[in-house]
Amino acid sequence: MKTRTTTAIAALAALGLAGAAQAEIRLGATLSETGPASFLGDPEAKTLEMLVEQINEEGGINGEQVELIMYDDGGDANKARTFATRLIEDDEVHAIIGGTTTGTTMAMVPMVESEEVPFISLAGAIVIVDPVKDYVFKTPHTDRMACQKIFEDMQGRDITQIGMISGTGGFGNSMREQCLDVVAEYGIEVLADERYGPRDADMTPQLTNIRNTDGVQAVLNPGFGQGPAIVTRNFSQLALEMPLYQSHGVASNSFIDLAGAEAAEGVRLPGTALLVGEGLPEDHPQREVVVNYKTAYEDTYDEPVSTFGGYAHDAMMILKDAIERAGSSDPQAIRDAIEQTEGLVGTTGIVNMTPEDHLGLDTDDFLMLEIRDGAWTLVD
Amino acid sequence: MPVSAKWATLLVLAALIAVTPFFFPSSFYYRVGSLIFINGLAVTGLVILVGYAGQISLGHAGFIGIGAYACALAPEYLGLHPGLAAVLGAVISGLVAWGIGRPILRLQGYYLAVATLGFGILVAMVLANETEITGGPDGIVVPELGLRDLLELAGLDLRGSVFWYWFSGLVLLFGAWLALNLHRSPTGRALRALHGSEVAARTVGVDVARAKLQAFVISAIYASVSGSLLAFQNRFITPDVAGYLHSIELVTMAVLGGAASVLGAIFGAGVLTLLPQVLTVFAEYEQLMLGFVMMSVMIFLPAGLLPTILRLIGGRSE
Amino acid sequence: MSELIQFLFSGITVGAVYALVALGFTIIYNASDVVNFAQGEFVMLGGMITVFSFAAGLPLPLAALVAILVTAGIGVALNKLAIEPARGAPVVSLIIITIGASIFIRGVTQIVFDKQLHRFPSISGDDPLELLGATILPQSLWVVAGAAAIFVALYLFFTRTMTGRAVLATSNNRLAAKLVGINTNWVMTLSFALSAAIGALAGVLITPITLTSYDVGVALALKGFAAAMLGGMGNPKGALAGGLILGVLEALTAGYLSSQYKEAATFVVILAVLFFMPQGLFGRKSTERV
Repeated sequence: MKTRTTTAIAALAALGLAGAAQAEIRLGATLSETGPASFLGDPEAKTLEMLVEQINEEGGINGEQVELIMYDDGGDANKARTFATRLIEDDEVHAIIGGTTTGTTMAMVPMVESEEVPFISLAGAIVIVDPVKDYVFKTPHTDRMACQKIFEDMQGRDITQIGMISGTGGFGNSMREQCLDVVAEYGIEVLADERYGPRDADMTPQLTNIRNTDGVQAVLNPGFGQGPAIVTRNFSQLALEMPLYQSHGVASNSFIDLAGAEAAEGVRLPGTALLVGEGLPEDHPQREVVVNYKTAYEDTYDEPVSTFGGYAHDAMMILKDAIERAGSSDPQAIRDAIEQTEGLVGTTGIVNMTPEDHLGLDTDDFLMLEIRDGAWTLVD
Repeated sequence: MPVSAKWATLLVLAALIAVTPFFFPSSFYYRVGSLIFINGLAVTGLVILVGYAGQISLGHAGFIGIGAYACALAPEYLGLHPGLAAVLGAVISGLVAWGIGRPILRLQGYYLAVATLGFGILVAMVLANETEITGGPDGIVVPELGLRDLLELAGLDLRGSVFWYWFSGLVLLFGAWLALNLHRSPTGRALRALHGSEVAARTVGVDVARAKLQAFVISAIYASVSGSLLAFQNRFITPDVAGYLHSIELVTMAVLGGAASVLGAIFGAGVLTLLPQVLTVFAEYEQLMLGFVMMSVMIFLPAGLLPTILRLIGGRSE
Repeated sequence: MSELIQFLFSGITVGAVYALVALGFTIIYNASDVVNFAQGEFVMLGGMITVFSFAAGLPLPLAALVAILVTAGIGVALNKLAIEPARGAPVVSLIIITIGASIFIRGVTQIVFDKQLHRFPSISGDDPLELLGATILPQSLWVVAGAAAIFVALYLFFTRTMTGRAVLATSNNRLAAKLVGINTNWVMTLSFALSAAIGALAGVLITPITLTSYDVGVALALKGFAAAMLGGMGNPKGALAGGLILGVLEALTAGYLSSQYKEAATFVVILAVLFFMPQGLFGRKSTERV
């Protein structure tokens, strides 16, 4: 077949020229900078660009400059798959960071697995790393962990019956399923299960139904984007005097602005150390990394950090660390090195990967945060 | 022996498919090519509806969704071989088109547009909401079609993107051949007659309602097969394959190419599939460019890009 | 019972926005026989331009005025640059042109502004009011009042002023209007400006409740279009009725049936109306001349 011959010749040429021409580390990225997930993809892209520039200024990795090849899939799974093919077969990258959403991530999985290129995903669903796939890793906490963290906190407040209102988008949908799956383990019952669309403008009907359900002691809202902000406002409008839990999908300062500090007062959600920032205790292991990233990002882009950018930051740091330890840019070597990541301090937590755990975080890295006076505070 | 327009088209198409790989700098371009063919197949079907019969459909991606999800779900829930699942998808699409076609096609213009839009949105909504069955908005894995393994047994070991290029190219050729045959057939002439004027067509004895329904069903089947091909190639599918933005993309592809010919359909599919790949550096400007292209072509070149280019080259009009 | 009232409040608030979008569709359709799929973008621009003008330092009322005027200008540009040159083109072409315009406007907005969600303060605060056993936001009342005011103003405009009647005459019969000396080009410009301004005003009123970002226009255009169809394309009364009915229908479906499929209810109803009553609630049965 003509292509195999061409590939063979190219491979030989590459080997021959390995010393000179390939003195560069090529990282690929396909993110959703535009489209329905641009809320997440935009800070992710900015973070990657900022970090690669920083790394190159400081001499690169293993003395080699890093080239970042970034594409925008617009949240479309098919496009993501095409760009993954392009990164692997045309740009010949050594590793990929990307997949802003679970849909785009899962669309790329068959490609990276069959072409054996390490891939660090920035999406939330547990299905990305469970069942474990050789070449697929991820940096955000899974939605399942978010549920567990929230239910743990509810247990602590003696809450046994709750209502749920979830977005029908991928993130809300997936997290709702995980929550329903684990909720019984915490002795909690879900009495009301309402949904809303990603573009819905008013959730008072659904919240009214929850309010009218006897026995509901708290409400959980899996979702991201404008939905949770509107739910929070409606919650306050209907004077629902009970705890409201949001998901890590809204872990950003803009959520507080959009929901309004008054309505958001008392809202709890599992977040990462990044949100607390300077509010972390001096001896907190993540403090330095978090503050450095926060300062750099906010100086470069003049906008507040978000946990999504933090996921990209951690992915980049894991990759850098892995390439340094591997001492080469061979995809297989990088993959093995990622799997051996130990004690890496990121904005999301402290990463310890194993062959069975391609996330490397546990619920302790998740912090339960509460919004008080328009700011994130740690719940102790 | 004079070559008829039909065979000329098929020859040109086959030649393009066979010759372009020689210019591919990397195997990635096989992937782009196969996407163009898959889109081209769906748009060819749409041209039968929009170009031949003069109807509108802003919901055709719904049928693509049915074809794609049939391939994902039938093997799991009905134990069907993936190839048969694709056939099932086509049958279901055809039946659905037949079922809703009669009431919908009584409408005209904007009413028809919004009715088809509603249909497409409903399909996408069901696919996204019924998570237990369809996997929800995060999508679902699609099983292997198995053709590549068969070829391996016969001694032909092809890389994924290469195989799909040739396979979808073949399917497109077949679909083009069918469409061209339809154009010359009595049904095709009936469709073109009613495109000109429904009332006139009726007066010469054309069963307008039946002809429209036929066009609708046929175009639905094309879309379904296209969706199945996409699902098998990607091994993964999400509900937005049935979404209205995808439907609008398809209609744009159809009219870009002139909405009247098979070659035009494939040309339009080519342009819009290549656009995001070409614009990668300017990804921010992609939406802007897409909107601009859509407006400019329809305002300045209402016959479509391809016919205008051909006219400029050929120097004579048909 | 109080939950029914709550659902109705929700439905009427959202419905008022749909009605305004539908009204925008209606005005342009009447003037030019074109369904302007970019209508939703006018609402988005109203919100986004206000957000950024306000953030740049303008007081809120001025920012809103700037937004409305700029959007009206964009509406006029849309007409002059995209729709007028395509006069007489088939329906499919016009659909592609206006959809292309909406994609173009979204693309430009992404670059000129940004892709984040935004909001600005409500006119009279966020403390909910208690009414008939349910709560309603003051801003919701402003939305409904604004919609009502616009409808009344337009009614007076169309029936009591010369200009307004000229617009009506043009939509009834373009040629005849020209013959009696009406400057139909100017009528078109006015219609687009008016339609865009109404959309922008809707955007300004609704953003404190629903937030805004560069892509809120798509869903609004769909729903507004559906509302206009429901009420009868081309009839302002129909736009009002269609919008409110759609909004209430959505809220009731979400409250009583299934919150997951609430949009499905909308489209099922639209399809039903189109099959059994294609001219809509208030539309005239039209006959096509051969």
